[in-house]
Amino acid sequence: MSEIGWLVLALPLGAALAGFLLPQRARRLAAILSVGALAVSTVLSMGLAVRVVGEQERGLDSAVTIAKFGELQVRAGIHLDGLSVVVAVAVCVVALLVQVYSVAYLRDDDSYPRYAAEVSLFTSAMLIVVLAADLIMLVVGWEIMGVCSYLLIGHYRDVPEARPAAVKAFVVTRVGDIGFLLGVLVIGIGAGSFDIMMVTANVGGLPAETVVIACLLLLAGVAGKSAQFPLHTWLPDAMVGPTPISALIHAATMVAAGIYVVARLFPLFGVDALPLTVLGVIAAITMLLGALAALAQDDIKRVLAWSTVSQIAYMSGGLAVGVPAAAVFHLLTHAAFKALLFLAAGCVLYATGRALMSQMGGLRDAMPLTFVAMTCGLAALIGLPPLSGFLSKEAVLGAAYETARGSGEGTAWVGWLVLVAGLLTVGLTAAYATRLWLRTFFGTAREKTALKPVPRLMLGSLVVLAVPTLALGPIGLRSQWLPNWLGAPDVALRPEAVTTVLSMVLSAAAIAAVAAVWRRAPDRDPVPSRAILARAFYLDEIQDFLVVRPYRWLATEVRDYDLYVVDGAVEGYGNAAGTASNLLSRLQTGNVQTYATVVLGTAAVLAIVAVLL
Amino acid sequence: MHIELAVVLAALLFSIGVYGVLARRNAVLVLMSIELMLNAVNINLVAFDVWLRDTLHSGQTFALFVVALAAAEVGVGLAIVVQVYRLRATVAVDDLDELTEPANE
Repeated sequence: MSEIGWLVLALPLGAALAGFLLPQRARRLAAILSVGALAVSTVLSMGLAVRVVGEQERGLDSAVTIAKFGELQVRAGIHLDGLSVVVAVAVCVVALLVQVYSVAYLRDDDSYPRYAAEVSLFTSAMLIVVLAADLIMLVVGWEIMGVCSYLLIGHYRDVPEARPAAVKAFVVTRVGDIGFLLGVLVIGIGAGSFDIMMVTANVGGLPAETVVIACLLLLAGVAGKSAQFPLHTWLPDAMVGPTPISALIHAATMVAAGIYVVARLFPLFGVDALPLTVLGVIAAITMLLGALAALAQDDIKRVLAWSTVSQIAYMSGGLAVGVPAAAVFHLLTHAAFKALLFLAAGCVLYATGRALMSQMGGLRDAMPLTFVAMTCGLAALIGLPPLSGFLSKEAVLGAAYETARGSGEGTAWVGWLVLVAGLLTVGLTAAYATRLWLRTFFGTAREKTALKPVPRLMLGSLVVLAVPTLALGPIGLRSQWLPNWLGAPDVALRPEAVTTVLSMVLSAAAIAAVAAVWRRAPDRDPVPSRAILARAFYLDEIQDFLVVRPYRWLATEVRDYDLYVVDGAVEGYGNAAGTASNLLSRLQTGNVQTYATVVLGTAAVLAIVAVLL
Repeated sequence: MHIELAVVLAALLFSIGVYGVLARRNAVLVLMSIELMLNAVNINLVAFDVWLRDTLHSGQTFALFVVALAAAEVGVGLAIVVQVYRLRATVAVDDLDELTEPANE
């Protein structure tokens, strides 16, 4: 059992390490290696899910101690329970489809073997985070993911924006990661163990302040990785990477990691209201911010990126109102429909060679399958019943409603905050999704030349992803699979009547409004573009002003200090000694009589001094 | 007797010696100046020996030692001077500045 768990993890890791050694021209071998390893992993993880959920083997641990620091042990261990296994399956499935899709998408890319190996490494890092039974091991996976995101976002080395975007993703998430590492250390030292299960089980024995501080530090890392305000700025820029990578980062890995970690360590967050309150406020801000920014983007991928920011905030909101099962449910459905959306957008990019919606239009007839897939994805994103997105979003809103009324867990005003922000975001989501749909697939076709035919592999991936997008919610909830897997059989993941009606009305109104405006001028942008929205409230500029420039200034000062003060002191000593020795060497005339004169003079002076004193 | 006469004579002699050592260019003259200084000391030793009426005559004994030492020193010194003359064809002390520190830059 646990060996299978290790294998799920080790196969993509092995494929990655082997893949890095492959020569550039061995693309067929690289494709077979990476896809094959992930396919086996996927099958194994599904088998694990069946076994774990079959109740006989719940909460299975297997660990090897790596190092001991006094009483603290660092172990490499995996923990298999409903939560970790379900998320692992989602990671494997999305990553596998991304790998398959990439084979076709990067057909003309010379560095495909390197790319495939990096994707495998990325996947295995996420699996490490998901399956880890030890906090230090989790941090290791967390950090490898950071490196991989840097490598993959900067994949197109000849695109000038790629490098700054990759550096930004790395540095911004790194800012949060420092908090994350400190949080893990605070927990580990406070609890005397890095074992996740032990820490969460014995949370009552810890001083509340320790837990609160640790949780707040962890939230910094979560905000960084999951692109939550104020560390969300890297995600839209990360769009310069290849589209399948966007799908991978936005759906199953990276941004999901933060939510997963909070769900995993949720007992810690329940000790005091403060961390969840902070998370709730962050979630409310991020939700609206992301949705508003998505409304004004012209680049199809940037619309989806901002939509990810806003949807991840739903998950944070679900966590903030004390229902991790709802958050994880939304994580799973979001993984399916966001991967579908990105891969469909990738097909559009591949066929037209363009990314701006103002240069698209009327693609419905030219790309029927992509159109259908995109429609499914957008409908799930808006949350039209009975698609998966509807149920998971209503689960979050329902939980917020419960909390707001005071009958759920968490603080009531946080519940209200998340609920109101969530409902507003529902409307905004419907608006930007409709805008994307109409601008891309309807209106007059703008392509003069024939579209590039999309390979079957890419279309096939879309079809496979459409299945969970449509069916994950209804089927999962119908037989109580998901709640059981997530260890919360009594939590209502079903829609709440009030919130459902409200969000239905709001999204219907938003869709109708956007459609009505669009009908009047089908080739114009139905949402009048506002610079403040398109630039996401100038948060990049604010960040630049508040953080980047002072930091640069400080860096310059430090460099100057080093150059002129530290180095200056060292070189000054050397120069002074050299000058002094030059002066003194003048005394060495080689003339014995001079020496004798000096000796005599000195003796005379000394004698006079001795007499006088 | 008046010790002052002997002491002043010795001081004059010594000063002449010092001047010779510091100022004369010829190495042989420098050696001779050293002899002058030694003998100035000898005069002091003998004079104080008499003036203090030392029963053991240690001053005179020392003077004898110094004379012997001076003889040995002159032997070695002159040998060096001769060798220097053979090598350099000069005995001017200020020309023998092989050990000068060459000035940096």
